[in-house]
Amino acid sequence: MELPAAQMIGAGLACIALGGAGIGIGNVFGSYLQGALRNPGAAASQTTNLLLGFALCEATGLFGLVIALIILYAK
Amino acid sequence: MAMNPMEQFAIRPLVPLHIGGYDVSFTNQSLWMVIVIGAITLFMALAVSKRSLVPSRMQSMAEISYEFVANMIGTAAGEDGLRFFPFVFTLFMFVLFSNFLGLLPGSFTVTSQIAVTFSLAAFVIAMVIVVGFARHGIGFLKLFVPHAPIYLLILLVPIEFISFMTRPISLSVRLFANMLAGHTLLKVFASFVISLGGASLIWLKPLAIAPFFLIVAITALELLVAFLQAYVFAILTCIYINEGLHLHDHH
Repeated sequence: MELPAAQMIGAGLACIALGGAGIGIGNVFGSYLQGALRNPGAAASQTTNLLLGFALCEATGLFGLVIALIILYAK
Repeated sequence: MAMNPMEQFAIRPLVPLHIGGYDVSFTNQSLWMVIVIGAITLFMALAVSKRSLVPSRMQSMAEISYEFVANMIGTAAGEDGLRFFPFVFTLFMFVLFSNFLGLLPGSFTVTSQIAVTFSLAAFVIAMVIVVGFARHGIGFLKLFVPHAPIYLLILLVPIEFISFMTRPISLSVRLFANMLAGHTLLKVFASFVISLGGASLIWLKPLAIAPFFLIVAITALELLVAFLQAYVFAILTCIYINEGLHLHDHH
């Protein structure tokens, strides 16, 4: 197989990581809303944890993107 | 059309300088680091130049950032973590300002370089190790031994050790990847605007407005990400410092 074609396929495969990030971010916000609707009094105190969880989840997806870019732009 | 979205991250030497076979040129990267430090210094100096009991807008911005970081350390690392306030505050302000200044059109994002973020992260972890050994002596190694039955420790100690040693990587790649991805996305959508606006079919040209509004929306998201990543970098630093100070005991 030609190298550019293989690079394209590899980069596409690396983007599967975004699926996991999507599941993770959905979980973070879904669980937060569940907890917040059950106990609205405690919701405000947990926003920092919410944002922290969101950022940590989002970063795992971006690791996949970095791999994709490394594959794409590797000589 | 030759529009490479990665071109914005290229480092160009402004003042070429070679010492002893090493390339130590003053690059656009160095220039923007100087600008970031200058902007922080200017902001803090202007904010507290006219101190008053009822703060002006500038002064209250500086006070908010101070209190924000102080609260963050207080909750994450406890009272004796406040000794690291200057370090964490400097780190937070540097990352925050380089993220924000990088969003200006035509500027250079310092934190989109893995060399910069990894240096910062490696320094944080090295400091945690030094603080841990200085405070607990050889007892710092208890950090790698969680409370668990002895037969599980065979498995858990290597896992704890690896997770500790990969922290500088995850800490640096998180910030670097977020900045890289956001700026690449902006440039990709910008190239959509150009290629649609320059399309040969006349009815395609007005469609260029759609990716343009998407750029505006993504820029708003990037402002959030810029702040959030500086916050995450700082709070993870606090959490690591807390482990160096208290091992697994507190919080």
